[in-house]
Amino acid sequence: MWDTPHLYGRYIGISIRSQMQYRASFVMQTIGHFLVTGIEFLAVWALFARFGQLKGWSLPEVALLYGMAQVSFAIADAVSRGYDLFGNLVKSGDFDRLLLRPRTTQFQVAAQEITLKRIGRLTQGLAALAWAAMALRLPATPERVALIGAAIVGGACLFHGLVILQATAAFWTVESLEIFNILTYGGATAAEYPLTIYHDWMRRLFTWIVPIACVNYLPAYAILGRPRPPEMPAALPWLSPLMGLAFLLAARQAWGFGVRHYRSTGS
Amino acid sequence: MTPYFAILRARFAAVLQYRAAAFAGFGTQLAFGLVLIYVYEAFYRSSRGPQPMALGEVVTYIWLGQALLSLLPWDTEPDVRALIRDGGVAYELLRPVDLYALWYVRTVAWRLARAALRSTPLVIVAMVFFQMRPPASLAAGLAWAAATAGAVALACAMTSLYHVSMLWTVAGEGVTTISATLVLFLSGMMIPLPLLPAWVQRITAALPFRGLVDLPFRLYIGSIPTERLAGILLEQAGWTLAFVALGRWLLNRGLRRVAVQGG
Repeated sequence: MWDTPHLYGRYIGISIRSQMQYRASFVMQTIGHFLVTGIEFLAVWALFARFGQLKGWSLPEVALLYGMAQVSFAIADAVSRGYDLFGNLVKSGDFDRLLLRPRTTQFQVAAQEITLKRIGRLTQGLAALAWAAMALRLPATPERVALIGAAIVGGACLFHGLVILQATAAFWTVESLEIFNILTYGGATAAEYPLTIYHDWMRRLFTWIVPIACVNYLPAYAILGRPRPPEMPAALPWLSPLMGLAFLLAARQAWGFGVRHYRSTGS
Repeated sequence: MTPYFAILRARFAAVLQYRAAAFAGFGTQLAFGLVLIYVYEAFYRSSRGPQPMALGEVVTYIWLGQALLSLLPWDTEPDVRALIRDGGVAYELLRPVDLYALWYVRTVAWRLARAALRSTPLVIVAMVFFQMRPPASLAAGLAWAAATAGAVALACAMTSLYHVSMLWTVAGEGVTTISATLVLFLSGMMIPLPLLPAWVQRITAALPFRGLVDLPFRLYIGSIPTERLAGILLEQAGWTLAFVALGRWLLNRGLRRVAVQGG
């Protein structure tokens, strides 16, 4: 078991080498993802240029929410690619082979591939974060940096958990369920804006069921030093990123349940 | 014309088989539409100043965009993509039809079939539950329908350009990723063009993309008078012809150097 990091390195090394076979396409796609997310941010900027502010939030404050959401989503997307391909493993019956190998199925599925082109989204998210910090003149105190880091890691765990849940459904449906994209892409988009702008049902969804607010909106209160609503406990922004981890652990449990119900499609 | 109609019919029949994919598309578009509408509602409530569009117009504009997303040139036709990657181009060249026209019709058929299947339930749900309005008047509705036909012709001419570019790049994802976002932004799909700063609107007015989304949609909501329809159709047709000419020229050049692999 101690060689797991080494083994992961080998898997990933192979994946990276294979992506580098189409170097021009890789470069284009990385630049493409950088531009895509850049233009998305341009759209946010244009709305602020037109309307001035959003329910008391300024553009740099929203840029912080946006940057954290983008960075977490990019990390999760890059390491979760194996789960996107998981439906094919079930359909072809190749999942049987994974069950025979002396490593966990989650490790083997996750290690299949890592998508490097997400570096484009990652860089753009970091740029938005850096710009937000400069525009708001936020000093880089250890607590603030730690909280941004915790929120990003919590967010990456959450999005990774969502992808695992989506793949888990394939144990029953064989096809991977695209309808989950509502929660992954929709969630990432919704997290770019403060939670208060949404209707109650959507706020509850993103707080209690898919706790995206806990890894983005709530920590942002402490990061920005915004006055808290009276009903919000002082420790909440600091503890809420843990919800992302809890969500990931729950998703892993669901996966284990799925594996026990797996019936091979045969050859 | 017969072979082209056959392609159109076959494509509709095939797309109707993928009802689950259409359902997933419907759900995704509905969710994105809702998030966008909440965002605009909040922005409109945060600002007192007069705006170039009323909130109700923006809401209808957004739902139209979500419903008709598959008409826009932001992706490539999967069959043509596969043909180029696995050497099927060789078979296409043997067919007794013009290759550019064949790919163009495949694209039109694919876009229309997907849009027809996905937009109908979305428009019904959006009209019943989420404040989407019918066209401003009968004349506005008819003008919108005509401009949408022009938009489809233009969109498919742009898509054909992606297809032809794949003769060089094979993979093609790089080109489509970049151009897709530009198309979505400059056409009005991301933000209704009247809400953009004036200097950006001057740029979008000089480019072909507003004919895809902004002009037809504003005919629908009635903020462009129907008298301007002829001018809009002319603008769309001009750009379409330019893209077709460019696509044909590149296709001829590409076919001179195409190498079919396999055995």
